[in-house]
This record gives sequence, C-alpha cells and structure tokens, in this order.
Amino acid sequence: MPVSVKNSEILYAALKSAGITLLSALPETWLVHVMQMAEDDPDMTLIRLNKEEEGVGISTGAHFAGRKSAMLMQNHGLLTSVNGIVSVAQLYRIPLLMVISYRGGMGERDPWQTEGGRVTEPLLRSLGIDYGKLSDPATVAHEVQQAQTLAESSLRPVALLLTRDLMWEE
Amino acid sequence: MLRQDVLKAVYPRLKEQVVVTIMGAVAVELYNLGHQPNFFYLEHGMGLASSLGLGLAVSLPKEKVTVLDGDGSVLMNLGSLSTLARYRPPNLTHWIFDNESLLSVGGFPTATGTGTDLAGIAEKAGAEHVAVADTIEAAEQAFAEASEREGLSVIVSKVEAVGPSSFAMDISLLENRFQFARHLQGLAGR
Repeated sequence: MPVSVKNSEILYAALKSAGITLLSALPETWLVHVMQMAEDDPDMTLIRLNKEEEGVGISTGAHFAGRKSAMLMQNHGLLTSVNGIVSVAQLYRIPLLMVISYRGGMGERDPWQTEGGRVTEPLLRSLGIDYGKLSDPATVAHEVQQAQTLAESSLRPVALLLTRDLMWEE
Repeated sequence: MLRQDVLKAVYPRLKEQVVVTIMGAVAVELYNLGHQPNFFYLEHGMGLASSLGLGLAVSLPKEKVTVLDGDGSVLMNLGSLSTLARYRPPNLTHWIFDNESLLSVGGFPTATGTGTDLAGIAEKAGAEHVAVADTIEAAEQAFAEASEREGLSVIVSKVEAVGPSSFAMDISLLENRFQFARHLQGLAGR
C-alpha cells in the first residue's frame, strides 16, 4: 500500500508535539499508518468511531476537561459531521482540530472519491472554517502547531487537509 | 412515571457528578431543580450528548459522568451505543429517558413507540450493565448501582411524554459552557 510511512510518522509526531493526547478516528486508507501509531502509543487515547460525527462530541468533552484532541478522518467524514461541527463545535466555541485526508483532488483515480473532493474546500469556506493544505513534509510540524494555536485562540474549528502529495507515494 | 420526578429523586446524586443533558425538556427540568457548575446542557447537536460524555469520561477518569439522554437523540446516533460499549469507560452512566416522542419539537412519535428496544440495542451493542427502570424506586436503585459500579452503565427508563410548561432557562449557552469547562478543569487539577 503506497501510503507514505515516513510522512505519516512526521504527521503523527507533529500531532504529539502540538500536545494532542486523544484522537478519534474512522479508518481510511491514507490514515492507516497514523492510526496504527496512535494504537501502539500508550500515551495516546485512540477512539475508533462508527461515524465521524461522534468525534465532534468526543473532542468537545475532551476540551471541557482541558485535554487537547483531534479528529482524524476522510473528507467524506467531514461531510457527515457538518451538523455536529455547526451545532456543537461552532455553537459552543470549541477549538476542534480536524485532520482530514483530502480525497478526490488532482490525481485521484477512484471515481467514487471525486464528488467529495470537489466540494471539500467550498464547504469549509461556507462554514467559515479556517483551513490549510499539507503537502510538504518539511512544514507539517509547523502547520499543525499553527492550526492548533489558531483553534485554541479563536475557540473555533480549524481544518488541515492532507493532500495526495503528502500521503501517497508511487 | 414522570421524568422530572425521577430527576428530583436522584438530584442529590447528580449534584455530585459531571452531568450532560440533551436539549429541551430534560435540560429545563434539571435546571429547574437547581443549576450546578457541573451540569452542561447540550442545547443542539442531537445525538452527540453520549459522545460528549465519552470524551469527558475518558478525560476525567476520577469523576463519575452521567449523560441524561432521550430516545429521539439516541435514535439519531445509534452507533454511539456501540462506541460506548466498545470503550466502556468505567465511570460513565448513559441514562436514556424514553418517552416514545420528540416531545420538545411537537410530540411526534419515535420508533421506540413501535417496538424499537433501546435497552436491547445497548445490550447487543456490547454494554455489560443495562438496566430497565420504569418506576421511581427502580430508577433510584439503578442509578445508585450505576454510580457505585466500576463499569459502563446504561439505564433505560420509560417516561410519560410530558415536559415543562416553559422552556426558559436563565443561563446562556456560552455562560453554561465556560462555567462547566472552568469547573471541570479545577477537578482535573485536583
């Protein structure tokens, strides 16, 4: 499976450096290595979800308890989480860090991913969610920290889109 | 059985716990018994109260966390019963008041009125301690056991589809949210 182990390690290390100790996640091809790293790390709480929107509630509870967390999901998980994002995270001003594999962009070969890819950025913009696109492993640590900092200071959701260039090797 | 009578009976115990309610009647009824800084009323995001409770329970292992949920909300996020059972935080009680109705939005019947069995679903989802408590005495006992148990507890209580005459609460959403978080962070540092 040509998902980049090296860049998954860089991403996982960046999340840890940003102080994140709880990840909620739904399995997705590009995220398999990151999820395994979380599973194998005794200092990380990994909660595997049945549907991504649950993660909004989990991260909200963690935040209330003073704990930093992130949601790890595919962009279709973002689509299914929209009500929770709006009616919990935005309504209650939760610094929700969302790390999202950006399927359906340039270079996508799976036809079933393409509609989700087309609407991901317009959706984030329409929700007023600040987001960055991660494609260069050299800047991942910095960008994850910056996203976490903005989420905490603005008390709002912030999204990081993991691009094919970062996650896929072929 | 009226939900507000149950809440009144267990209020002394609720006061000692971290409590999350769903929106509508449950929130108002608990609030009217006396607001506490450890009570959070999730006034939207239907279905996510149990997920929020899971996030709290795994982050505050020394505290007892109780989610006061409803049939309409649980039906919207049935997968959460499975996620809770999978991680079974020992300090979490998930109490579902089933009035077979979307009472707060006009009283339309839910699927529990036509046979959907939430206690059965919770049990088959893997929850070990599931109690059905349809009288005040049974509810008090089930909640006492849940509060003293080290293990995920699910309680399902059939209640009448009756709510408060007014849904007014003199606390803003964000006031409740910041007060609750500040209180919990004091507990976490304890």
